[in-house]
Amino acid sequence: MLSRTAANLYWTGRYMERADFLARLLDATARLSGLPTTYGGDPAAWSGALAAAGASDAFAATHGEPTEADVIRFLTVDTDNPSAICTCIEHARSNARAVRTGLTREAWEALNTAWHEVQRLRVQELTKANVREFTEAVQRAVAVFDGAAQRTMLRDDAFWFLELGAAVERADNTARLLDVKYHLLLPRDEPVGGSLDYFQWSTILRTVSALTAYRWVYRDVVKPWLVADLLIFNDRMPRSLACCYDTVVELLDYLGAGSGRRGPAHRQASHIQLQLHEGDIKTVFASGLHEFIERFIIDNNRLGVAIAEQFAF
Amino acid sequence: MSTAFDEMDGWPGDATRDAYAQVKAWLDSAPTELLQTRRAQAELLFRRTGVTFNVYGDPGGSERLIPFDLVPRVLSAGEWKRIEQGLVQRVEALNALLADLYGAQEILKAGVIPEELVRLNPEHQLAVMGHRPSKGVFVHVAGVDLVRTGPDDFFVLEDNARTPSGVSYMLENREMMMRLFPDLVASANVAPVETYPDLLRETLRSVAPEGPEAEPTIVVLTPGPYNSAFYEHSFLADKMGVELVEGADLFVRDNLVYMRTTEGPRRVHVIYRRIDDAFLDPLFFRPDSSLGVPGLLSAYLAGNVALANAVGTGVADDKAMYSYMPEVIRFYTGKEPILSNVPTWRCREPEHLSYVLDHLPELVVKEVNGSGGYGMLVGPHATQAQITEFAAKLRADPHGFIAQPTLALSTCPTLSEGRLEPRHVDLRPFVLTGADGVKVTPGGLTRVALTPGSLVVNSSQGGGTKDTWVAGC
Repeated sequence: MLSRTAANLYWTGRYMERADFLARLLDATARLSGLPTTYGGDPAAWSGALAAAGASDAFAATHGEPTEADVIRFLTVDTDNPSAICTCIEHARSNARAVRTGLTREAWEALNTAWHEVQRLRVQELTKANVREFTEAVQRAVAVFDGAAQRTMLRDDAFWFLELGAAVERADNTARLLDVKYHLLLPRDEPVGGSLDYFQWSTILRTVSALTAYRWVYRDVVKPWLVADLLIFNDRMPRSLACCYDTVVELLDYLGAGSGRRGPAHRQASHIQLQLHEGDIKTVFASGLHEFIERFIIDNNRLGVAIAEQFAF
Repeated sequence: MSTAFDEMDGWPGDATRDAYAQVKAWLDSAPTELLQTRRAQAELLFRRTGVTFNVYGDPGGSERLIPFDLVPRVLSAGEWKRIEQGLVQRVEALNALLADLYGAQEILKAGVIPEELVRLNPEHQLAVMGHRPSKGVFVHVAGVDLVRTGPDDFFVLEDNARTPSGVSYMLENREMMMRLFPDLVASANVAPVETYPDLLRETLRSVAPEGPEAEPTIVVLTPGPYNSAFYEHSFLADKMGVELVEGADLFVRDNLVYMRTTEGPRRVHVIYRRIDDAFLDPLFFRPDSSLGVPGLLSAYLAGNVALANAVGTGVADDKAMYSYMPEVIRFYTGKEPILSNVPTWRCREPEHLSYVLDHLPELVVKEVNGSGGYGMLVGPHATQAQITEFAAKLRADPHGFIAQPTLALSTCPTLSEGRLEPRHVDLRPFVLTGADGVKVTPGGLTRVALTPGSLVVNSSQGGGTKDTWVAGC
């Protein structure tokens, strides 16, 4: 497939995934900030959301102290933010539009409809009261797009590059979320169920739609080290780093099968995958959760660069 | 102009024409609210699909829909048969003309066409003089514009032999009608158009250069997402199942053309290019072109890649050459033209120029190399100031213009603010020529001037489109 087409599809996948993550992050944050402080309500919830979105610096450049109204606008529709949800959908669409032949008609229409829907919803002033309508529309639109792609696209390079972008972005998003909240996840002696941080932990799970999954996997109250275990090492959890890297390696396998070549991106991804399968949460805590996450984010970025080089984006 | 021939109702006082029996019955029974609902539905669907075009020089609304009118334009099978024969004859003559103009130039030696019309024509590409394109085909895709003034009076208005557009609307309009009014389409026995992309791919495949590869690689070359017809480029590539490439995706090495893929370079054999000659290869044509591919022309001249349409077809379809088409057809086929030309005054000839200057208020004046309805004067609709200004342009550059009588183009019922009103239409059928001959898809694109009385149907000038039926098949 054309390198330019591959690049456009890869970025379509990334931007759609990022839009979905931001929508979930906003939902979870709105919920957390709404709790009374005696029950874990967090006045700093909105600045935490900015950090998890990787948007703290961009926000600081154009705004003062993060207020709820400003952060909501910044993460949804603000044109000053290169990663606002609207901007992500816009980028996804212009990437897809440049390679219409790479997508099926259904997948393109789902994306185009998402764009029109976001254009319609962005007209109103978004507040905590109505941002839910917006974030739900975004999550639904991304799901419809994913579904259309899953159901209609040929299992060939076009589909694999789209999925590859989504998987690399998803790993990045989960890692950023962990990076912002890592201090809450360190093991300590707390009376079970008595911590105010309970709401913080469940917010992390909500952000990646994993609260129910947690209960199925551990059948236990929410404990911080198990949250970290789930999001890093559990390969059945679709947003865990391990699962994302299983997907990345599988997709690179498919892409390599066509040419019979394994490039540098392939080797890097396999290496990261191996670490995620051989590691365990106790070792990570012993050597430093923060350092582990930071190193992962850097490795994941390097993989993005290696992919671009290997496929001549 | 008030007594134009109507596609459905004929001349004033005539009964409904036979081909329209089903459409007439449907229009009589369908409440206009239903039509309006369906029209809104159609617009929504087109927007969702992204069937849009970009308007040049309009920074505000860069993506627009071409208005779609629900009332189809219907041709009878008999009418179509004659049109088809005429189109085949015309396009065969165009291909013969181009082979001759870039070869022995017999037609110039015979004095049928003035030699300077070719020699001074900027579209006559000296770079390809003497080159015979793969399988001898020059015009693989033609979009011949026809107008009608009476039951049997069809005229060719333009031979678009460079990169005619609009075929995606022909296909999308039919999809829309089948979706909105399946029973109506079925009841009228309409000839299908959906085979066009397959025919196009087979046409392109048939002109691939000979080589060891079992399967030639075909691509569509687009100027990119900002081009007004980008949707169509992506649509056709998708329907044919071939890559849509931009200039930067291609490169030439040792006179072979390759595209840059994720698995390394891949040889390209046939390029359906939707960019003009001037932008194809910066080494030969415009050096500032970033749309083209350096070295492409050398690969083409070496016979290693087929370009559709061939380089240099513009010499055959400008409006000055157009006026000689009846003679051209007689010269190469030995037969009378089946489809007539519109009478044309060539402003380059002094007697014609003075006639044109004396009669501007009743004539349509066009630039010889213009297209898209830009830069033309429609005398009956022009102000005195516009006419004076145009007269000055004509005197300054008579070679640049031709003039034609203002034809009473046929009308077709069209939905306008809840009512059916007559609006002028034209017709652009699409004609494919491959190694195995000429094929015409039944119907084509009907363009409609939505402003009452207007004769300008171009989408860039506010025109709309209709589905076009060859009925009773």
